[in-house]
Amino acid sequence: MKKIKKIAFWFLVLFLLILVCMPGIWIFISAFRPNPEILAKPANWIPDRWTIYEFTQMFSISGYVSVPAFKYLMNSVIISSVSTVIAITIGMMGGYAFARYNFKGKNKIFLGLMLARAVPGISLSLPLFILFAKIGIINTSFGVIIVYVAMNVPFTIWLTDGFFRQIPKEMSEVARTDGCTRLQAFWNVELPLAGPGIGAAAIFAFLLSWNEYALASVLTRTVHSKTLPIGMMDYLDEFTINWAGMCAIAVVMIVPAVILTFIVQKHLVSGLTFGGVKG
Amino acid sequence: MNKKFFSSPIILILPSLLAIGFVIIIPLIFSFYTSFTSYKLTRPDSLYNFIGLRNYERLIDNTKFWYAFGRTILFLAIVLNLELLFGLGIALLINKITWGQRTLRTIMMFPMMFSPILVGFQWKYIFNDNIGVLNNFLYLFGYESAIPWLIDKYLAMGSIMVAEIWANTSIFAILLLAGLLGIPRDPIEAARVDGCNSWQVFKNITLPFLMPFIFIALTIRSLDVGRAYDIVHIMTGGGPAMRTELLWTMIARIGYKDANMGFANAMSYVSIILSIAFTYYFFTKLVAARRELGQQ
Repeated sequence: MKKIKKIAFWFLVLFLLILVCMPGIWIFISAFRPNPEILAKPANWIPDRWTIYEFTQMFSISGYVSVPAFKYLMNSVIISSVSTVIAITIGMMGGYAFARYNFKGKNKIFLGLMLARAVPGISLSLPLFILFAKIGIINTSFGVIIVYVAMNVPFTIWLTDGFFRQIPKEMSEVARTDGCTRLQAFWNVELPLAGPGIGAAAIFAFLLSWNEYALASVLTRTVHSKTLPIGMMDYLDEFTINWAGMCAIAVVMIVPAVILTFIVQKHLVSGLTFGGVKG
Repeated sequence: MNKKFFSSPIILILPSLLAIGFVIIIPLIFSFYTSFTSYKLTRPDSLYNFIGLRNYERLIDNTKFWYAFGRTILFLAIVLNLELLFGLGIALLINKITWGQRTLRTIMMFPMMFSPILVGFQWKYIFNDNIGVLNNFLYLFGYESAIPWLIDKYLAMGSIMVAEIWANTSIFAILLLAGLLGIPRDPIEAARVDGCNSWQVFKNITLPFLMPFIFIALTIRSLDVGRAYDIVHIMTGGGPAMRTELLWTMIARIGYKDANMGFANAMSYVSIILSIAFTYYFFTKLVAARRELGQQ
C-alpha cells in the first residue's frame, strides 16, 4: 500500500514537470524545424531534419531580412538595461528611506506607490499615447525607457526595502561612530550587504521591461524603437502565421530571461517575502 | 551637503515620486479629463469638445461593456482561485520531496520567465485546431475530428484560462513553498503527539501560518492582472464574436481601432478602479500579514 502511494506521488510530480516544461520545449523544438514539417498531418513528433534557417533569417546572415529581429533585440537590450539601471538607482534610494527612516505618511506613500503600479498597462497607454505624441517622444527609446522606470520603481522599492530591513541598523551606526558619514556608511557597509538582493530586484525589473507588451505596442511604431515582444507580431499576418519564425523569436526572448532568473532565484523568494524566511 | 542630503527621507523618495508623477499620475489626470470629451484620434480638435458625463452614460447603456465587465470579473475570480489552489497543492507536493527539491523548485519557476505575450502565443500554438499539439495528441488516440479550441465560443474562454493559469500558478507555488519551508516543526509534532490527523494539522497549524504568504502572493498577482490583456490579445483577440472580450481588449479596440479615445478612457477608468480596488484590498491584508511576519 505504501509503495503504491509512493509511485502515485512520483507520478504526480512527473505529470507536473511535463505540464510545466512541455510547452516551452515544444516551442524550442519547433524553432529548429522547417515550416512544412510543422504543418504536417499527422504530426511527426521528432523532427526529421533540424535547421537554423529561421535564425539566419532573423539575424540577416543570409543577407535578406524578413523580420529585423537583430534590431529588435538591440532595442530590447538597450531599453531594458537603461530603464533597469535608472529604476534601481532611484528605487534603491526610496527603499532605503522606507527601511531606515520614520516619517509622516510613510505607509500611505508606500500604498500610493503600489496602487500606482496596479494601473493596467492598456488603460495607461491611452493617455500616454496622446501625451507622448504631443511632446514628440512617441516611437523613441527614450519614451519607453521613462515609462518602464516608473513601472519598475514601486516594486524595486518593495524589494529593496525588505533587503535593507534584513541588515541590522547597528552596523551602520557602528560605522558612523567610527567617523563615517551616513553616505559613507551606506556605501561601504549597507550597500555591499544588500548587494545580492539589489541584484535580484534589478533582474526582476529587467524582466518586466523585457517582457512588457501592452504599453510598448502603443508607444513604439517602427524598427527604431520596437522591442522583441512587439517585433514578434511581425510574423503574424492577417490570415497566416509563420510558426517556425515565431518560435525562433520566442527562443531569442526566453533564453536570456531563463538565465537571469536562475541566477537570482534564491534572493528573489526571500526578497518577495520580506526576508521572512530564508529562500 | 552629503549629510543633509541623506538626512531627509523625502529627498530620497522624491525621484521615485517624480517618475511616477510624470508617467502615471499626469496621464491619469489627462485621461480623466478626456473621458468627459468626445475626443477622437482622427479629429484632434474634438479634444476640447466637452460633453460632460455622456461617455459614462453611454457606458451604462452599453450591454457589450457590461458583458465584458462581468466576464472580466468572472475570469479573475476563477483564475485567481484556481491559481491559489494549484499553487498550494504544488507547494505541499514539493515540500514533501526530500530528494531534488531545490531543482524542482527552480524548474517550477519556468513559467514566471515567460512574457505574457509569449504565453499567449505558446498556447495559441498548442490549441491550434489544425496543427496544434493538443489535437495532434488526441489524433494519436483515434480522436480524428479537430476540436476548435480557440474558435468554439465556450472552449475559447477555457483555453485562455488554461494559459493564464499555466503562467501564474508558479508565483503562488514558489511563495507558498517559501512559507512552508519556514514553518517550525515543533507545533506540528506536538499536535501529532496529541493525536491530530493530517487534515487537522493542516487546517490548524499550516494554513494559519501560510496566510501571510497567501496575501503576499495575491498582492503581487493583483498588480499584474491587467497583463491578461496580452494573452487574450494574441490568442483570440476577443473573438469569437466577442465571447472572450475582457475589459482590457475592449478598451484597446475602442481606443485604437475605432479611434474613440474619449469613450475608451471612460471605460479604462472603470478598469483602473477595478485593479486598484483589488490591490488595495490585498495590500491592507498584506500590511497586517507583514506585521505578523516581522514578529517572528
